Amino acid sequence: MEHIRTPKVEQVKLLDRFSNKSVTGTLHLTATHLIFVESNSTSAQEIWILHHHIASVEKLSLTTSGCPLLIQCRNFRLVHFVIPRERDCHDIYSSLLRLLRPVSYDELYAFSYNPKQNDQQREEGWQLIDLAAEFERMGVPCDQWQLTDVNREYKVCKTYPRDLYVPITASKPIIVGSSKFRSKGRFPVLTYFYQEKKAAVCRCSQPLSGFSARCLEDEHMLQAISKANHNSRYIYVMDTRPKLNALANRAAGKGYENEDNYSNIRFQFVGIENIHVMRGSLQKLLEVVGTRSLSMTDYLVGLENSGWLRHIKAIMDAAIFLAKAVTVEGASVLVHCSDGWDRTAQVCALGSLLMDPYYRTIKGFMVLIEKDWISFGHKFADRCDQLNIDPKEVSPIFTQFLECVWQLTEQFPQAFEFSEWFLIQIHEHVHSCQFGNFLGNSQRQREDLQLKERTYSLWAHLLNEKQNYLNPVYSPSFAESHPVLEPSTQAYHFKFWRNMYHQYDRSMHPRQSILKHVLTLKDSNRELEGTVQALKTKLQKFGVRTSPLKPQTPPRERSIAPRPQSLILGAPLLSRKEVQQEEDEEVFGEEAREDAPASTGGERTVEGSSATENGYGEVMGSFGSKNEPGVVTLEFGVARMSC
Amino acid sequence: MELSEHIKTANVEDVTLRRPFHPALRGTLCVTSHHLLFSNRKDEASWQLLILLKNIDAIEKSVENLFGYPRAVGSSGTITIKCKDLLVLQLEIPGMEECLNIASSIEALSSLESVTEMYPFFYRPSHLTLLGPWGLSTTEQYYKQTERLWDRWRVSKVNSDYSVCPSYPSAVIVPREVDDDKLIRSARFRQGGRFPVLSYCHHSNGMVIMRSSQPLTGANKKRCKEDELLLQAVIDGSELGYIIDLRSAQQAQQARMTGGGFESKSCYRHWKRIHRHHERGKVVQESLIKLVEACSDLSHSVDRWLSKLENSKWLSHVHSALSTAGLVVECVERDGHSVLVHGSEGTDNTLLVSSLAQIILDPASRTVTGFLCLLEREWIQAGHPFQQRCAHSAYSHARLKQECPSFLLLLDCVWQVWRQFPLALEFSEALLLRLAQEVYASNYGTFLCNSEQERCAAGVKENTHCLFQSMLKPDIEEQYLNPLYEPTDLAIWPSVHPQSLQLWTGMFLRWTEYAQNMEEAREEVWSIVKEHRERV
Repeated sequence: MEHIRTPKVEQVKLLDRFSNKSVTGTLHLTATHLIFVESNSTSAQEIWILHHHIASVEKLSLTTSGCPLLIQCRNFRLVHFVIPRERDCHDIYSSLLRLLRPVSYDELYAFSYNPKQNDQQREEGWQLIDLAAEFERMGVPCDQWQLTDVNREYKVCKTYPRDLYVPITASKPIIVGSSKFRSKGRFPVLTYFYQEKKAAVCRCSQPLSGFSARCLEDEHMLQAISKANHNSRYIYVMDTRPKLNALANRAAGKGYENEDNYSNIRFQFVGIENIHVMRGSLQKLLEVVGTRSLSMTDYLVGLENSGWLRHIKAIMDAAIFLAKAVTVEGASVLVHCSDGWDRTAQVCALGSLLMDPYYRTIKGFMVLIEKDWISFGHKFADRCDQLNIDPKEVSPIFTQFLECVWQLTEQFPQAFEFSEWFLIQIHEHVHSCQFGNFLGNSQRQREDLQLKERTYSLWAHLLNEKQNYLNPVYSPSFAESHPVLEPSTQAYHFKFWRNMYHQYDRSMHPRQSILKHVLTLKDSNRELEGTVQALKTKLQKFGVRTSPLKPQTPPRERSIAPRPQSLILGAPLLSRKEVQQEEDEEVFGEEAREDAPASTGGERTVEGSSATENGYGEVMGSFGSKNEPGVVTLEFGVARMSC
Repeated sequence: MELSEHIKTANVEDVTLRRPFHPALRGTLCVTSHHLLFSNRKDEASWQLLILLKNIDAIEKSVENLFGYPRAVGSSGTITIKCKDLLVLQLEIPGMEECLNIASSIEALSSLESVTEMYPFFYRPSHLTLLGPWGLSTTEQYYKQTERLWDRWRVSKVNSDYSVCPSYPSAVIVPREVDDDKLIRSARFRQGGRFPVLSYCHHSNGMVIMRSSQPLTGANKKRCKEDELLLQAVIDGSELGYIIDLRSAQQAQQARMTGGGFESKSCYRHWKRIHRHHERGKVVQESLIKLVEACSDLSHSVDRWLSKLENSKWLSHVHSALSTAGLVVECVERDGHSVLVHGSEGTDNTLLVSSLAQIILDPASRTVTGFLCLLEREWIQAGHPFQQRCAHSAYSHARLKQECPSFLLLLDCVWQVWRQFPLALEFSEALLLRLAQEVYASNYGTFLCNSEQERCAAGVKENTHCLFQSMLKPDIEEQYLNPLYEPTDLAIWPSVHPQSLQLWTGMFLRWTEYAQNMEEAREEVWSIVKEHRERV
């Protein structure tokens, strides 16, 4: 709190990012949030921005109406305030600068966040995901794979979890020897076991081979992995880097496996770019889509030049290669990149998702993230910039994984139990630091921070709200008929994920949402079914035969709590009467309201669909009442010239 | 020449048919005057594929042994048939001569231009009758239904013999105070005689959308008193109207050199002109060709795809059409002013913009019946030259004449609106897809000819069936319904940010696996809705 000099500023303007609209309100600065409350008493839109979500704050040069403050968030929200007094703006600015650069983990929101749960509930939340049970589900340990305690004390590899699965034949000396030959000690371990063909997906980091170094233990290790699978004489070694990068690493004493030294391996480069390229690519993408009055041509050219979708496809291609090698050829695959915690995590996780329908359920997806990302040490703290240590370490690696999954949900609308809203929520909380799951860079660090005792688990929170994340057209029978997904890699399947990168730009969203509507229908179906059942049991009590009976009057009242206002699910709940009012107001020339309060009614209507938001090129400049005065649009310029 | 004389080989056995996502089939191929028929009788259930020859856009043949012995045993040829609905088929035909014969028969029969020889004149299904009225509604009926019009507007029969404007219907709606003489003079001042007529009257405030062609001001800035009076009568008392000119200001200036022009400020004092550039004709047709080419490119490079998609400019056309329609709606609904829309001829983009604006504005045009009525009024009766515009689609190698996929562009824009307001339209994507198919090749007479005058001359109404009527038969209409439909009275303004617009996958990727997955998901939605209806 000591960093907050001005907790409240009034008469602050919030400018819309893509139109000339603005609203006025009060800005509040708290220890955890920056809050904007619109002063218009009827609508009173509120924006809550968690400090951890803020990626950058920029003070622009002073204008006549005040001092502009531009805030960019990691969840792709961009807000543009204009603060009347320069002094206030400066106070907010410097407070924010301090607040969004926490110096220690203890300052993160997760350590102060309290969802009013007792210790037992918290503990239960953390016990929801059990990786040992997950390996058991895969069929491990088995006659070929065993649990090793070599890393019990994090002595062999600091960034791996304690429990690791290795081939039966890999003895401790082999493991230790192999780990010394691998970058950061990340030796080959099992991450997914494809029971049907006894084929394994293993992961590791690059070997320290330099130009000619060898390591017998490492060679034995790969041999052991190969031997553990009787279905195939060879294993694939996938180096997910572009060949050039791998070659360059050799000069630094690292590199890739020499096929001459390892027997029965098939070596393959996949060509996913490194974290720096990905960071730059996302930045370019955001610049393009953040442009005002963007033309279709500039949009498509910008999308291409950013290379973003090309990178997404590269990851997908790698995962498809992995899934094919395992499911079709029955071969085991060893995946690595440089350190084995970015590209390797992407490819292993996505590959497993393609192979195993379980990971396409809500619970299974959580398990997958817990396994391949959290436990195997994807550096969330660095990549998501939790402590602002090194901007060069920041990279949207996990975001890319979520996007790949989204691209799959678009191709296979019935294959996933969850909808895109689930993915977006996870993305939100990876950056929010509100829950303990993603804090820190490794399991060891998380244990040191005592996260399980001091913070709450996101998974419990998400499971509580499960209803909101369901995909209404999910079909478990689809999973049965398509246990392995075979996505097409035709380029036209790779689309810009508007609902992620524009999640807060409401004017771009569909005004009505199929997802939300069908979810509500399903809810109501379930509820009606429940009523029928309840009535049946009641009747049975009285000894009446039930089969032909139907409830005579279905209950009108909905017992389901209204869905939380979701940007993804389109327009907020609003009763028709209010909409009418709003339209009337517009006709009489008042400022159109951006957001309406969530009403408790369950009716969805066309809302917020107004001309200004859409920016057809605003002819109305001269009519004054509806727009910012003094805006002369191009059309008028042209018209005047030609008259 | 009789149609049958084009057929050199009517029947071939042992033909192999390959289509996307189906195993190859063997069967008999048969060419008739209007159809290509493939039937497979091997299994118990025979399976048939019937394709209207008119639907065939391009045919490519490759013959083996071309330079060897033409009659050698085992020689065969492959015909690739590319349809106007974007389906591509391959036929392997044993016997080179048969293959060439079939190909040339198809080529000759699919490019016939005589209207009365077309299939709709021969299509006589048992469940339809040629008696009874043709079409859904007439100008007079529309006038009668629209009470708002009665006061200040009238139906004029000035064009009853199509002499004032050959491309207009016999009856049009004009301001009551403008008599037929003035209309005739105004028509002389407009290209193709397309004087300003009423297209839509907004139910809530009585403001109207008019459409016309460009005025023939020419280099000397000619004027036409009657034309000015006509437009003055449109706004009648209110201070302002908007003219949305679908050309850039520069293009409009240039049009004067060739006798066209625009309404100058000094002559039309109460009208404000806004220029919006829209591509037309050949450029749009080439866009379609490039887009379809991009969609069938099997390269898997994202960069290449995006660059081809951009290069086709198709989405840019969608973007401009929706933006301008939004602008029109903004004028009418929000600012309360009447609008006149025109480009040059007033038969393509003009209709596109005015009908899109109506879908955004008018809840009545968002029902199945309303939408088909809108198409009938704004496209068929209003004289969109369907025969010229839809002579060829994306695959044809023929030299482009007057082809332009304006109507397909409209369907795409409507699809974009549906994407953003999935509950607001009573019809589903299936209806749009059906129309996209019918407009190029049809059993029905609805899209024949270029104007009402031509349709009258050819006897279309007497001798063919009406597509729209058949689509509205209850059992058939059901397949075009949107399960999620919840009518709303409000204007549905679509977002026109490029990020909000998408490739119409249902159309352009229609024959891919992707479309199948989507279809299954849609069925799931249907079943949820049905379950809900039953329960409630």
